[in-house]
Amino acid sequence: MSRIDAKFAELRQDGKKAFVAYVMAGDPDFDTSLAIVRGLPAAGVDIIELGMPFTDPMADGPTIQLAGQRALEAGQTLEKTLQIVRELRQQDSTTPVVMMGYYNPIFSRGVDRFLSDAKAAGVDGLIVVDLPPEEDAELCIPAQAAGMNFIRLATPTTDDRRLPKVLQNTSGFVYYVSITGITGAANAEAGDVGPEVARIKAASGLPVVVGFGIKTPEAAQTIANVADGVVVGSAIVERIGKGAPVAEVLAFVRSLADGAHRA
Amino acid sequence: MAEDLFNSFMSGPDEQGRFGQFGGRFVSETLMPLILDLEAEYEKAKTDPTFWAEMDDLWANYVGRPSPLYHAERLTRHLGGAKIYMKRDELNHTGAHKINNVLGQIILARRMGKTRIIAETGAGQHGVATATVCAKFGLKCIVYMGAHDVERQAPNVFRMRLLGATVIPVTSGRGTLKDAMNDALRDWVTNVRDTFYCIGTVAGPHPYPAMVRDFQSIIGKEVREQMAAAEGRLPDTLVAAIGGGSNAMGLFYPFLDDKDVRIIGVEAGGKGVNAKMEHCASLTGGRPGVLHGNRTYLLQDDDGQILEGFSISAGLDYPGIGPEHSWLHDVGRAEYVAITDVEALEAFQLCCLQEGIIPALEPSHALAHVMKIAPKLPKDHLICMNMCGRGDKDIFTVARHLGFDMKI
Ligand SMILES: Cc1ncc(COP(=O)(O)O)c(C=O)c1O
Repeated sequence: MSRIDAKFAELRQDGKKAFVAYVMAGDPDFDTSLAIVRGLPAAGVDIIELGMPFTDPMADGPTIQLAGQRALEAGQTLEKTLQIVRELRQQDSTTPVVMMGYYNPIFSRGVDRFLSDAKAAGVDGLIVVDLPPEEDAELCIPAQAAGMNFIRLATPTTDDRRLPKVLQNTSGFVYYVSITGITGAANAEAGDVGPEVARIKAASGLPVVVGFGIKTPEAAQTIANVADGVVVGSAIVERIGKGAPVAEVLAFVRSLADGAHRA
Repeated sequence: MAEDLFNSFMSGPDEQGRFGQFGGRFVSETLMPLILDLEAEYEKAKTDPTFWAEMDDLWANYVGRPSPLYHAERLTRHLGGAKIYMKRDELNHTGAHKINNVLGQIILARRMGKTRIIAETGAGQHGVATATVCAKFGLKCIVYMGAHDVERQAPNVFRMRLLGATVIPVTSGRGTLKDAMNDALRDWVTNVRDTFYCIGTVAGPHPYPAMVRDFQSIIGKEVREQMAAAEGRLPDTLVAAIGGGSNAMGLFYPFLDDKDVRIIGVEAGGKGVNAKMEHCASLTGGRPGVLHGNRTYLLQDDDGQILEGFSISAGLDYPGIGPEHSWLHDVGRAEYVAITDVEALEAFQLCCLQEGIIPALEPSHALAHVMKIAPKLPKDHLICMNMCGRGDKDIFTVARHLGFDMKI
């Protein structure tokens, strides 16, 4: 059983929804970022989504764009992002880590080399925004073969005709993007999201986690009520961007996690 | 050249939208259903005579096609070698080749029931062409343009506004074409249902590279006929400038299977293709990667981060290149060279003085390469270069580089 499957089994047993926190690796610098990541499990985070900075993040709004720029300016590389995971694993062997980003830095390193390095570092899953099922041969299939979960995004434009194709090689969980748009933009609406989550769950049997447009503990609770979990990214990253101290960032994460866990 | 591998150089892309390893559909899931719809709609239109009848009518009566194939007699004499022809696409309505493609995409958008058109633009020529055709059809038009380009191509910004378009200056990144394309893609995922993304070059996810090439191929098709009429044969060498590569693909494509026709693409060498990367020569100075929906040669660092290009020409200032060019480069069917800012400026001035044609800075790069090769070629060697845009938009930039005070 993968770390992700084990986590969802545990949550199910406790009758709890998953709280997933996104932070950009290396933002605002390596040491601060490492301190934040290390503090996430104790702040109630069930799954860590670690952003891989990229110069051209086409699906991200200004908040995460700027986070990537800060990280790159501070010298973050894919190698250093893997290093954050290695250091986290020295203290935590159960919290799943999913790396999220764009394909080019992975392609540039070489898919096979990346997969074996990431696996060895303790990465559990990958979310790569610009790899739809049509490009599964690139990374998805090799990742599954390497024992890594490949988590797919389903969106409001993924209709019933297309859904089976999206779910086919997905494992771990399905990430439902609650809005048509970029990160940090519109607010997710539970009324819209609920039926979509049900539709995807019926088709896949996998846990469905909802992300994009969740910014407050209240929203985390409301959306978690109609899903298996929620992801918060921009709202956390915004605080990091404003220079909030690590303890303050983690306190905010704690409030979000509590919101999601009340569901 | 691996000749035996291919029956034809004109059969790409395959069903995955690949030209060899290049191309593909590297986009987010939100866009994927839309891209499949577009592909289906384009496949239908391609074999629909009413679609092409509408194109032909607009090409003739709105754009002013066919554009002339002009024998540049004084320039030929000045360089003292090959016989130089210019394909005069700068005479098109709106002053560049860009409108050839925009017409096709806007007609498709109308067929798909889309009411809101978005575009990215570098030099502003694609933006102006899109704004123009949107005005003609009464469609809402939003153009993303890097803040740096808004500044250096001010006349085109005003043109777009006159035509009723909304121009959105893009401040992310370094504020050039790449960043404008990112923001156009962000708009598209946000407004998928009513919006058509009109891409200005042979890049982006499949089917854009093939579709834009097909629309621009009118250039090469006309050259074939016009050269046959003028000289009774095919040209010997084709030369075109490359930003994303659409005017070049348009000229090259109908000649890809004529093995005796030498094909040369000219990239923007900026301050010189060296380790400092102050250029936009993706093929000369980059390596394969994935950006803006396709795999192609890109300017990038060791960690796969995309580098900002550098060129005097806003229209060439792009760190990538259309995937079909990457493939033609790798299989050896076309050659790719780089021309520096200084060389392009020299060609710009020579063209003004020798031919009475003020060229855009983009085709000035192509002309600069013609200046290098023509003197060494025999007088019966036929060169055709693509004069793909006129220079009105560039006079302020050129004045600044030549130290000329426009106020006098
Ligand atoms: C006159 C002209 N030529 C060339 C280009 C570069 O584009 P492409 O390489 O797609 O022809 C531009 C782009 O703005 C342009 O305005």
